[in-house]
Amino acid sequence: MNSQEERDQVHQRIEQWKLRPPKLNDKVITMAHGAGGKASQALTDAVFLSAYGGAQLDRLEDGAVLDVPAGKRIVFTTDAFVVTPRRFAGGSIGDLAVNGTVNDLAVMGATPQWLTVSAVLEEGLPIDELRDIVADVATAAATAGVTIVAGDTKVVERGAADGCYLTTSGIGLLDADTNLGAEHVRPGDVVIVSGSIGDHGMAIMLARGNLNLEADIASDSAAVHEAIRALLDTVPSTRWIRDPTRGGLASTCNELAVGASVGVSLFEESLPVKPPVAGACELLGIDPLYVANEGKFAAVVPAEDVDAALAALRSVPVSAEAVAVGEINDEHPGMVVAHTPFGGSRIVDMLVGAPLPRIC
Amino acid sequence: MKFVSEFRDPEAAKALIADITEQAADQPPRKFMEACGGHTHAIYRHGIETLLPESIEMVHGPGCPVCVIPMGRIDDAIAVASIDKVTMCCFGDMLRVPGGTSTLLEAKANGADVRVVYSPLDALAIAEQEPDREVVFLAVGFETTAPSTAVTALQARERNVENFSIFCNHVTIVPPMKAILDSPGMSLDGFLGPGHVSTVIGTGPYEFVSRDYGLPLVTTGFEPVDILQGVSMLLRQLSEGRAEVENQYKRVVRDAGNPAALKLLAQVFELRPHFEWRGLGFIGQSALALNADFAYFDAEKRFTVPGVQVADPKACQCGEVLKGAIRPWECKVFGTACTPETPIGTCMVSSEGACAAYFNYGRFRAKKRIPVRST
Repeated sequence: MNSQEERDQVHQRIEQWKLRPPKLNDKVITMAHGAGGKASQALTDAVFLSAYGGAQLDRLEDGAVLDVPAGKRIVFTTDAFVVTPRRFAGGSIGDLAVNGTVNDLAVMGATPQWLTVSAVLEEGLPIDELRDIVADVATAAATAGVTIVAGDTKVVERGAADGCYLTTSGIGLLDADTNLGAEHVRPGDVVIVSGSIGDHGMAIMLARGNLNLEADIASDSAAVHEAIRALLDTVPSTRWIRDPTRGGLASTCNELAVGASVGVSLFEESLPVKPPVAGACELLGIDPLYVANEGKFAAVVPAEDVDAALAALRSVPVSAEAVAVGEINDEHPGMVVAHTPFGGSRIVDMLVGAPLPRIC
Repeated sequence: MKFVSEFRDPEAAKALIADITEQAADQPPRKFMEACGGHTHAIYRHGIETLLPESIEMVHGPGCPVCVIPMGRIDDAIAVASIDKVTMCCFGDMLRVPGGTSTLLEAKANGADVRVVYSPLDALAIAEQEPDREVVFLAVGFETTAPSTAVTALQARERNVENFSIFCNHVTIVPPMKAILDSPGMSLDGFLGPGHVSTVIGTGPYEFVSRDYGLPLVTTGFEPVDILQGVSMLLRQLSEGRAEVENQYKRVVRDAGNPAALKLLAQVFELRPHFEWRGLGFIGQSALALNADFAYFDAEKRFTVPGVQVADPKACQCGEVLKGAIRPWECKVFGTACTPETPIGTCMVSSEGACAAYFNYGRFRAKKRIPVRST
């Protein structure tokens, strides 16, 4: 190792080694993965880019440049995902993070196009689990036809977060003539839901595992933009669409009643609740109207277009079980009233706090 | 779910409503008290009040276990939950019940380890899994839930789970019914008797209602058809001049109750000399404590419990509501100072509480009946 030549060889090897893409050999997330150095780069390459990299993302620039077609408006939304447990029957935090934002764009009448994904990771998170979550993000994005164009990763110390939080922002393109909103809703209009309610919330409650209940209940996590496209193409007069996530259909209908100053009547016998979900809700003393959904939407259409709307929705798998569940009226503005099968009625109010199970 | 749909059968309900309407037409106005919070909840949840003839008034009784807990006991529970290393396990309903100064939910936000369980056995399991914690189960409820607490105490003793204890607030249903019947101005015509409590204690303990007070009582289930049938049976007794204890809920309730559960209660609990009830004041021999054999598991003996006594807020008329003297919306603070978001009284907290049930489900009727869509 005396000659200049030998030293040059060594330096050359070092330089070559430095140029190699960093390798991810770690088993768990450490603070190093958030420090912005080689470890961060390795994590980005091996986990995120390998799952959903593309022309935009692979450039690793500070922002994505997107071409918006002439005549289109953009719809822009963001959502944070902190679900526990991270994996449950029917989905994971990964597909939820994509579908949630895709659906927020879709119910605005937009065609979802681009997403950003930010991850806050807790020190100690197994990297294999992160790979699985990121794979779900990639699959859901591919299924929904959206491109992930930017992202970020931060690591926080153990105890400062619960494993993995994801935030997705999304941009969708909106036709100039699409104009949905509560202000268009009129008495006599009909409320439709795209399928069974309460599946996601009950799947999560069961997955938390402290109920000692076993039931065949899976989350309905899914992107609904194709169903909404089919609805809007067939029934352009559709007034309003919303996805009943947290707070369930009851909260969504209350927001509609207040926002549009109309009354909403729901007919209990029409509400689609799968028997295992109904049974679990009954046992826990929880009303399925208040349970979260992640692959459903509610829409209001003029009464004369109900049949066309249902036919359009039923032609798309994700909304194959769409049904009419209620009517808009001017009798009790700002209020949602449910009618029981034998003619009783009750107010369906906004939920106060979290849904707490009853004692007996 | 099997065993639910048939008790929500619209045809059966319609036939019973027709029968009730016909019977009520030949009788003076009637006031019936439903004993259980579960009844109250079902009545509002299914809109049953909107179906009954106007001459029949349902009065909501004392049987919501959350509603009858006095504020001082909540403050005591918060004090215990705030002790270092204590994990307080309770049913979900209890989290938002207001004590004198705060709630268990606020205590949790301030760092107390308060966890929701669905069974006392879950609390025992937590104690076994986390031996360095002092796990306390906040026991509430009538004879319905007391046997499961008793089983838990027995298992804790059997498995020698030293870091487990019970903060016992179990109450019994008969003394408050007596207190209500003895209160001045009582004007009830009959009772829908407790359903699930009766599965444990049977129907015998209610004989005094017919014998001493000359009123009919029908032990009734919790589905819409059960409740309508219970009302129909009360009307029939009154029209035939009878005052008996009848059992509508025969598919679940046996006249002798559940001897095994009663034996468990006797084995683990003893009657307290007196216990404070929200709104009703102190009632003698109306609550249970762990007996000497299980004193080791008694949180009130293990920890320093402040024994807080808080006078019910002056404006709050929970007591009058619980006695059936006034209806929820007749309370001075109903819907103004006292709402489900900022409850003053316990009746506004649990969905079984008369006030919360009325606020959430029932208040619409007071304004207007709406037409029923033909199906």
